[in-house]
Amino acid sequence: MEKVNFEEIERFAYKMRRHALRMSYAAGAHAVHFGAGMSMIDILAVLYGKVLRYDVLQPEWENRDRFILSKGHGVIGYYAALAEAGFIPESELDMFEHGDTYLMGHPIYNPQHGIEFTNGSLGMGLGLGVGTALAGKRRGQTYRTYVIVGDGEMDEGAVWEAIMSAPQFQLNNLCLIVDRNHFQLGGETKEIMEHHNLKEKLISFGWNVFEIDGHNYEEIYEAAVSVGEGEAPTAIIANTMKGKGFSFSENNNGWHHAVLTAKQYEQALQELENAYGH
Amino acid sequence: MDINEKNIKKWSTVGARPTFGLALMDLAEEQENLMVLTADVSTSAGLDRYRKKWPDKYLDVGIAEQNMMAVATGLAKEGFSVVTTTFAPFQTMRCLEQIRVNQGYMQIPLVIVGLASGIYHCYLGNTHCCIEDVSIMRAIPNVSVMVPADGLSVVKIVKSAVDSEKTIYIRLTGGSNLPIIYHEDCEFYLGGSNMIQKGERVAILANGTMVNQALEAAKLLELIKIKPTIIDMYSVKPLDEERLDSLSGYELIVTIEEHSTVGGLGAAVAEYLIQKKNAPQMLMLGIRDFFPHASEYTDALEICGLQPGQIRDVIEEKLKEGKNESY
Repeated sequence: MEKVNFEEIERFAYKMRRHALRMSYAAGAHAVHFGAGMSMIDILAVLYGKVLRYDVLQPEWENRDRFILSKGHGVIGYYAALAEAGFIPESELDMFEHGDTYLMGHPIYNPQHGIEFTNGSLGMGLGLGVGTALAGKRRGQTYRTYVIVGDGEMDEGAVWEAIMSAPQFQLNNLCLIVDRNHFQLGGETKEIMEHHNLKEKLISFGWNVFEIDGHNYEEIYEAAVSVGEGEAPTAIIANTMKGKGFSFSENNNGWHHAVLTAKQYEQALQELENAYGH
Repeated sequence: MDINEKNIKKWSTVGARPTFGLALMDLAEEQENLMVLTADVSTSAGLDRYRKKWPDKYLDVGIAEQNMMAVATGLAKEGFSVVTTTFAPFQTMRCLEQIRVNQGYMQIPLVIVGLASGIYHCYLGNTHCCIEDVSIMRAIPNVSVMVPADGLSVVKIVKSAVDSEKTIYIRLTGGSNLPIIYHEDCEFYLGGSNMIQKGERVAILANGTMVNQALEAAKLLELIKIKPTIIDMYSVKPLDEERLDSLSGYELIVTIEEHSTVGGLGAAVAEYLIQKKNAPQMLMLGIRDFFPHASEYTDALEICGLQPGQIRDVIEEKLKEGKNESY
């Protein structure tokens, strides 16, 4: 395996969290889906930092890897990755959810800024990924398609229709990443709709499944680069922590959608500096 | 596919669904990027020959309409020219939100074909009928709606929709042995309509199977010296507003549709005309907000008041009423 500098990924993730905080504060009274954005930042740091092939100068380069954020409410993590990768100017992050912005609270199709699809209504992204991956297969293109789905989102039937279809169409160029932060809007997933034996379920549907620590860069990287090695599509169950990175928000579902005050913003920046700022 | 007398006759004999399959066979020859998706309905859609001849341009997603629309969107975004199809209720309602987000909001174009719409399949029960699709689909921004009346119009509308690079819902109605409305080649385009017969006093606007019902009703009206104008409003969204403007001198505008009167062709016409000063009075014929129960199509039409004699009667009555009204 290629030698990977995981310190670079850590730096990428640190800067992403700064961007995400900036947007969260900019959202003001509109509030922000804080927890679901923060839980997947380390995954996106690995993808945009080391795994995905893309060219910021040619955002629609035909061989780019495609990324789809199915859990569209995790958008601060997504915009943060796009900003750190260079698709979105950092100065524009302050426009989040304000004025005539393209940075709405759920992603809107915007190829120039690297946003592949509109999402927000849960359950729709993996099917889009199946179609995207299938197009590549039928045309003999080599790009890979990565889709992040939330664990709460997996309550949606359409997700399972897509899970059923990817092995049928032999899409070993497709990767499903489940951001398993164990919460959904109304509480813990185990209280609202438990996904018993998720790994076994995905295996039985014909996927090649990894279960990893979704905050461990090395584990994320190894699973993500294995896409295409076998015949089956790849599923990564990434166990994460909702609101990861800040003492007040970790595993606190009150931060599913909340207002970040000036005081909390300062505190969060300080915690970030203490943890990563070196 | 040559447009000639023989083919026109063949298309109407086999009906809308097999003709749709034939049109796609032809399109696949021309269109490198064509991709046809079904939800386990290749036979019902007249696509058995197609899927054998063009396996690389065909995909069956199984009985999973939501996924069909998502996969179709992914393919279309990557440059494929995609046609999706299944029975009209499943094609429009099971996957409605996928269409709203992916085609309406995101504007990734698809040609969406609803099979056996209306009440032709009444013997299967109302699960397999569809009297709401026009209303529902036309409510979505960036989604157009077209309703062909016979075999030739199916061929022409399907081809023009695939070429349009827009999202168009095509509603197929009726069974085999569709009466021929167009005996020779004719233009069909988004926002268009065709004058089938020029008359006076009454203008009947219909689409799908109801164009022929209008023609049959007109024959009966002529016995009482009323010769209506008949217009095929095959494009429900956008509507041919110029055509509607041209009808200002008529006493009565009648809309006829094999669809609910809630939100369909009649409603679309009314929404336009209500804003016009001195617009003609309207009579909206269709299925009046109920699920018709019958095992024969002709009986179902009768229950809905859509047989020619019934149409004649209400038009005659309305004209008499109009003369008595003082406002």
